[in-house]
Parts: sequence; structure tokens; C-alpha cells
Amino acid sequence: MSQATMTRREWLLTDRPQSRLQARLGRAYVTWRRFTANWLAVVGMLIIMGLILIALFAPLLAPYSPYIGDLAGKRLLPPGAGHWLGTDDQGRDILSRLIYGSRLTLQVVVLVAVIAAPIGLLVGTVAGYAGGWLDAVLMRITDIFLAFPKLVLALAFVAALGPGIGNAIIAIAITSWPPYARIARAETLTVRNSDYISAVRLMGASPWRIVLRHIMPLCISSLIVRVTLDMAGIILTAAGLGFLGLGAQPPLPEWGAMIASGRRFILDQWWVAAMPGFAILIVSLGFNLLGDGLRDALDPRGSSQ
Amino acid sequence: MSSTETQMPARRASRRALPILKSVAGFVAIVATTYLGLLAVTFFIGRVVPIDPVLAIVGDRAPAHVVERVRQEMGLNLPYYQQFVLYVKGVLQGDFGTSVLTTNPVMTDIRRVFPATMELATAGTIIGAAFGIPLGVLAAVKRGSIADQIVRILGLIGYSVPIFWLGLLALLVFYARLGWTSGPGRIDVVYEYSFTPVTGFYLIDAVINRDWAAFRDIFSHIILPASLLGYFSLAYISRMTRSFMLNELSQEYIVAARAKGLSETRIIWGHALRNAAVPLVTVIALSYAGLLEGSVLTETVFAWPGLGLYITNSLQNADMNAVLGGTIIIGSVFIAINLFSDVLYRMLDPRTRN
Repeated sequence: MSQATMTRREWLLTDRPQSRLQARLGRAYVTWRRFTANWLAVVGMLIIMGLILIALFAPLLAPYSPYIGDLAGKRLLPPGAGHWLGTDDQGRDILSRLIYGSRLTLQVVVLVAVIAAPIGLLVGTVAGYAGGWLDAVLMRITDIFLAFPKLVLALAFVAALGPGIGNAIIAIAITSWPPYARIARAETLTVRNSDYISAVRLMGASPWRIVLRHIMPLCISSLIVRVTLDMAGIILTAAGLGFLGLGAQPPLPEWGAMIASGRRFILDQWWVAAMPGFAILIVSLGFNLLGDGLRDALDPRGSSQ
Repeated sequence: MSSTETQMPARRASRRALPILKSVAGFVAIVATTYLGLLAVTFFIGRVVPIDPVLAIVGDRAPAHVVERVRQEMGLNLPYYQQFVLYVKGVLQGDFGTSVLTTNPVMTDIRRVFPATMELATAGTIIGAAFGIPLGVLAAVKRGSIADQIVRILGLIGYSVPIFWLGLLALLVFYARLGWTSGPGRIDVVYEYSFTPVTGFYLIDAVINRDWAAFRDIFSHIILPASLLGYFSLAYISRMTRSFMLNELSQEYIVAARAKGLSETRIIWGHALRNAAVPLVTVIALSYAGLLEGSVLTETVFAWPGLGLYITNSLQNADMNAVLGGTIIIGSVFIAINLFSDVLYRMLDPRTRN
């Protein structure tokens, strides 16, 4: 049976892969099929891809400036032609501000993930592999942070560090890593006594090499799922901080801060506060759907529930 | 199991005393270190991070000798570890310092505002459980159906919606446009002075006072924020109920009950849900803790005079003692609820007893 007679699908799904690449591609294909079979997950993925594209091409997409409005003639216009989502109290086009705000949202999410996930991964894998007192100490610290209410702790940190989007990101990252450490530790415990780890150890690999090269890569997929599921919570926390005036500061078009500034007009010009909320809702929903779909696709055991 | 337990209580007790003592000691150690960690973090935030607590009290125009005196009075010239010991001692005695904003001891303020938050979170949890459990059961029984999908999407939206925004919209629609509920606040000014709080839970107080007009007013104030928090916990409770019920419904005792010819209603509500109820208690306790946190934003939107509003007001005025005091209280309640749900789980589930 030569390759020419196989369709691409058969080549991917063969149970006798000829190369490592073929096996990997095959696995990825099966995961992809499982993922796309769930239409809600696909919707989530499309929303997040939309968010990324909007953030990338914000200057091309936004019809008006996000910062400079027409104070004289265009204050608090209702949604309609010209300004699809209306204008705010400074005559700025709300749609344009939302489009630029997507950059801030993406920035928060990415930075928190980039800071918190490696910390959690490192703490968890080291604790799990080392065991003994180091494990006990690291996990105790993790549990202490887990015992905190996230938003309240983030509030306290930002209160001390001072308001601003950078400090909000740091505060959220500080409160986000413990679940990742728990997951990484659990994964580490399941593989630390396996034969291939013993084999690597016998070949003289140092503990750091084992943790970095042989254990961490195995934790990545469950970590990605968890981080994706947490993204919605991160966005909501950031928006909450923005709403309380502790996150991004005006005139930055951060969605939570936009809701806060529209709050004064909620009774008569509802759209000023309502529109940014829809943006937050759609994006968090996208991340939740995507995370759910990823979990089901990557972990077939859990998908039955 | 139950018959052997009643036959040999003494022997079992003596055999089990040691492990129980050991696990109690372990529990105490865990709670103590967690609490100490909580205090270490708040201490770190309050002292090491650069807002000068002295300037916060005396103001930045105070003469140098006053600043120095206050610094010594507050023990800020001591090494950090001594400061920390003093801090822990103070907190354990309920001393969180004085609020700059209200000039009261922080503990007095918290005692005043905390019942409002408890009442709101309790009402929210009741609403969340009352709707979340049936919805979760429905989703599990009709798995894969339209109803299941709707419950799932309802839950996902609950996870995804900014609660403060939903609160603003709810106020706009149900208070301003439709006039179905009362607006922000906890009780109308009309009743504020004639009403005498007994427990601090206004709904219960109104019943005790037999003040039905006030009861109606308080109810129409609490219903909107409580429903909002309820929706928040409904999302979590319905999802967990569904998953626990699916687990129970696939067990063999359900097949046995069906074979016996029990009605489907009995099987679902009498057998499966009763067993699913054990882990559900933990979930409800945890969602209660989550609502205490959710109350920070909800109270801000609804001007609900609870701990959340107290913390955010203090934040806006850089009143760090009050912020950290509130953080410690919410953290303590978190730890207590986690512990409580753990103990409850062990009591309710016989399998965890060895």
C-alpha cells in the first residue's frame, strides 16, 4: 500500500504511522475533529479569532479616533447611522473606543497568562518532582493564595501599588498562579515514577533537566485548557478593577472603565454603559466556550460528562 | 455497616480516637498556617509597599516631629519581624487599626456593615440553589436535549457576564423603567429611622418587629441584588449538579431501582439526588464564599451598605487599614467556609470516614 493510493485523511488516521511527524499530525487531526464537532467550541474560537483580528487592525477598522471626540455637536448621541453604537459624554464614538479597547483586553489576558502560567508551572513541577519538605512548603504557600478571594486580594494589591493597568495586571497575575501550580503538581505526580523518567535519570540527567525537558512539556496541555478557562475570569477581574477606577485610567478605552464612566448616564443614555458590557460578555463567553471545547477535545475522559 | 457500628461503639471509638486526634491536629495546623499566610500578605501590602501609613494619618503637611512621634507610636521604627508579631497580636484581638475615613476602629465599622453583606450573600445563595439544583437535575436527566443546552448556555453566560454591568442594566430596567423594585440602598429613608435592627439581618428583623410595611420595602430592595448574585451562583450550582447527577444516574443502584419498578420521579429525586446532595453541600458552601467576593462589585452598584461597599469606599480614599481589615475578614470567612464544607463533607459521606 503506497502513500499515493491513500487519501490524506487515511494517511492521518492510519494506525501504523511511518514517522513521528505522521503520528503527531494524526493525533492533532483527531483532536481537531473532536474539537470542531462541538459547534459551541467553534463559535468560541471564532469570537477569539475575531478579537485578535480586531485588536491587530484597530486603526484600520475604527471609524473615528478613540480619544478625541466632537464635544460641540456629538455628545451622547444614540446608536444610529454614523455612530452605530452611539457616542459618549465627550462625543467620542463608542464603537471606535471598543475596537481600540480590544487591544487592552488582549494585553491584560496575554500578560497575565505569560506571567502566571510559568510561575505556576515551575512551582508545581518542582514541588511534585522534589517531594518532601520542598513540596510541603510550596504547596502550603499555594494553598494560602488559593484560600484568598481573588478579586479582593487583587483589590488590596492595586490599592497598595497604585491604580493603573500595569499594576492591575501584576495584581491579577499574583492571584492567578496557584491553580496552575496545583495542576502542574498533579500531572507531575502521575509521571514522576514512570519508567521513562527513571531511564532519563539513569542516563545521568540532572533534576532540573528532567523537570524542564521531560516533565514540563507533559503539563502544558492541561495547563493551556485551564488558562483558557481562566481567561474569562481574568477579563472580568480586570474589568471589575477598571470599573472601580483601579485598573486602566481614562482616557484609555478600557471596557470596565468605560462602563464606570457611562454609569452616570445609565437612566437616559443607557448605551454608554451598556455597549462595553456587551463587548466584555461576548469575549468572556468566547473564552469560556473555547476553553470548554479544548478541555473536551484534549481530555476524552472528561467529555462524557 | 450501621449494625456493627451500634454493636461495638466502645471498641471503635478507642480505635478511632488516635487518628481523629491526629487529623484534628492536622486541620488546626493547616488553618493556622493559612491564616498566618493571610496575615503575612496583608502585612506585606500594608507596610512594605510604598504608601506611608504615617502620612496617611497625619497628612503630608504635618511637622517632622509629629510624623516621628506617630511613627514611634505605631511601632514603625521596629524591625519588620517585630512589627509583624505586633500586627498578628493586634489582629487576633480584633484590632485592625483605625479607619482614616470614619475615624472609628476598623473592627467597629466591619461589625456594623458585615450583616448587610451576609444577608445579601445568604439570599443570593438561597436563590441560586433553589433554581440551580432543579435546572442541573433537568439537564442531567434530559442530557443532550434542548433543555440541557439551554441550561448550559445559561450557566456559561453566568460565568461570562460582568456582574456590575448586569446590575446596572437590572437597575435600569426593573427600577427605572418598569418600577417593579426599589432602587439602590437597603431600606427606604421613610423606614430608616423607625426601624430597629435586632440581628442586623433586616428581613428577619422586620419579622421580629412585625413591621410588615418595612418588610415589603426591604424585600423590594434586596430582591434585585440578591437575584443577581443568585444567578451568579446558579451558574456554578447547576453545572455541578448536572455533573454529580450524571455520575449518580450511571450507577448500578439506579438500574436496580429501575428494575424494582420505582417511578422515574422517585429514582431521580429520591435516590440519585439524595446521593448527589453530599458533594452538592460543598459546592453550595463554596458558592456562598464566592458570593461574598462578588458582593464587592454588586454592593458598589446597588449602594448596599455592606463590607464590599466599605472596602471600595476606603479604597477610593487610600484608607489602607480599612481595606486590609476588610480583606482579612473576607479571607477569614473564606478559610472558615472551606473548613466547614470539608468537615461537613466528611460527616455526610460515610466513605471518607476511614
